[in-house]
Amino acid sequence: MTNGKPAVRVKKLDRATLLTIIVIALVYVLAFVLEQVMPSTSMLFTVLKKGATYALVAVSMNLLNGFTGLFSLGQAGFMLIGAYTYAIFTIPVAQRLSVYQYYDGGLIQFSLPVLVAVALAGVFAALFAFLIGLPVLRLKSDYLAIATLGFAEIIRAIFQWDKIGLLTNGSNLLRLFPTFNDFNIRNAQGEVVLHLSTLVPFLITGVCVAFIVLLINSSFGRAFKAIRDDETAAEAMGINLARHKMLAFCTSSFFAGVGGAMLAMYANSVQAKSFTTAMTYEILLMVVIGGIGSITGSVMSSFLFVACSEWWLRFLDQEQVWNGWKVPLLRNGFRLVVFSVIIMAVVLFFRKGIMGTQELPDLFRKRRKLNGKEGGRS
Amino acid sequence: MFSTVLPYLLSGISVGGQYALIAIGYTMVYGILRLINFAHGDVFMVAGILMVYITSSGVPLYVAIPLVLVTTAAVGFAIERVAYKPLRTAPRMSIMISAIGVSYTLQNLVLYITGGLNQFYPSIPFISETVTIGGASTRMVTIVTPILTLILVVLLVLLINHTKIGMAMRAVSKDFETSRLMGVKINSVISVTFVIGSFLAAVGSVLYFTNYTTVIQTSGNMPGLKAFVAAVFGGIGSVPGAVVGAFIIGICENLLKGLDTILIKAKITTGMLGFTTFSDAFTFALLIIILIVKPTGLFGEKQTEKV
Repeated sequence: MTNGKPAVRVKKLDRATLLTIIVIALVYVLAFVLEQVMPSTSMLFTVLKKGATYALVAVSMNLLNGFTGLFSLGQAGFMLIGAYTYAIFTIPVAQRLSVYQYYDGGLIQFSLPVLVAVALAGVFAALFAFLIGLPVLRLKSDYLAIATLGFAEIIRAIFQWDKIGLLTNGSNLLRLFPTFNDFNIRNAQGEVVLHLSTLVPFLITGVCVAFIVLLINSSFGRAFKAIRDDETAAEAMGINLARHKMLAFCTSSFFAGVGGAMLAMYANSVQAKSFTTAMTYEILLMVVIGGIGSITGSVMSSFLFVACSEWWLRFLDQEQVWNGWKVPLLRNGFRLVVFSVIIMAVVLFFRKGIMGTQELPDLFRKRRKLNGKEGGRS
Repeated sequence: MFSTVLPYLLSGISVGGQYALIAIGYTMVYGILRLINFAHGDVFMVAGILMVYITSSGVPLYVAIPLVLVTTAAVGFAIERVAYKPLRTAPRMSIMISAIGVSYTLQNLVLYITGGLNQFYPSIPFISETVTIGGASTRMVTIVTPILTLILVVLLVLLINHTKIGMAMRAVSKDFETSRLMGVKINSVISVTFVIGSFLAAVGSVLYFTNYTTVIQTSGNMPGLKAFVAAVFGGIGSVPGAVVGAFIIGICENLLKGLDTILIKAKITTGMLGFTTFSDAFTFALLIIILIVKPTGLFGEKQTEKV
């Protein structure tokens, strides 16, 4: 049976994968076209940009929590490193004096191209992850969670220390670096000719997620899953635990760093204070809603999460009157209450999330799978 | 020299006592359910908010304080029943995620009710008064906290060691399944644990917010995390360990806050070094060191991993 299986599998994969690629391509085309047609102030684009950013971070967290079984809560810390690296290296030299006004223009007096800085953001985050991972990855489950959480807090404190203000601007804002809007192509008069501010984050996320998917489907990915399912058994099968855990941790942090850089571009400014534990919790909840162990789920739930919290549930924050009847409870902040109740319902009653452990190609393969199951039973 | 250190030492002892009261909730729940109750810090915060709202509705303090303690205990009980009990057979990670969800929900609920504004904590006569000890002026709460903490801890240890429910708690934390087979009512033991934990957190909140005077939806985060670190430091599952850990962390943290001033007065350094920034980070550094050097903490029992 094992000999015959791969041949059949390749055939199946081809069709479902093809459909998946078509669907993803359509989404990209749609994003591109919508951006040219619709006014750029539309809420849709805020959601798409932020959603793309969080999708990458959620997928990177899923790689660790869902596929390797390492319950890490340090994501916000790595995002912070990414965001700061990006901001520090891309602020134009001419603007440095006004940004680093208390530190005489800061230490670094050059700026790097945007994409180089984004890559560097990932590299620095991964480097920190390596250093943190050396002691921390020996710990298990909840101890690991609390230690990574602790490290994220330490990183946040260090970046606010005014002794290294020449580099990080202390606890002040970093700003005036290139943002998503700078990807729009303008003509000589400064009018936007081609809108790219949504497509670029989509592309960055797309490339990174594709890499993670390839990694998960490689022999490394299989080793990760083996570690998740049973550490002792995995070790007995000859998997080097320390090396694979470190690889997963660093890879995940690399992409969290890239995600942090994207968040900086989305938000137009960076401040260490905003990368709190609550941010990690939100990302974790996205992963849970999407389904722990499903890349597709994480991506979908990130967009849903952002859309709900930024856009669709906004009406709950304003007082509404229907036919002269004032709807009770609607007031600033009610949106978040409703939202948390929904999340709790998912956590308690739909523990598998949107996708469980399924991916997009699995959806196209569903009917065949069912047939196979019936065959198996009879 | 001593007079420079004394105020920081005093406030360290005081904060340590407050952390200890929160840490007991963490350590007891972890001992029984093997769950880091991420929502515990928020229960502490909710106790603060309840106090603000109950006193502002005109209830006198001698009624308000017991009412807050009882209501907070009820909140803890309700959280366990709603969010943790349905997941008793689920993997440990699911319960932890549920705890994070509860924390998120409580914070958002309080944000909605208060409108995200700082709420001023009512000043409680006697413990808000200013006193002078050895030339250092401080509030009465600084002296009351360690005494009250020690009394409550002694009572709790007596409860755990000499009553039937205490024996049940010890049994459950030793072996969940076996004690269930022996006829221990697991659910009521767990509920009692949460009630005690939340009650002590409420006592802690009265003392803590008398010192810090304002409450906001995120006020529970840092004290919660630090109390958890204290619980791990002392050996999670051990009540005396949590108390010792909490005092150590409270004192170290406050000494670090004053380190700049102390060093300057002792003429070791001349300029500010900005150590205050690290007073929070220090706690986590301590956590990581203890986890690596002695993962079972100061008083923890050694556990072997079974396949």
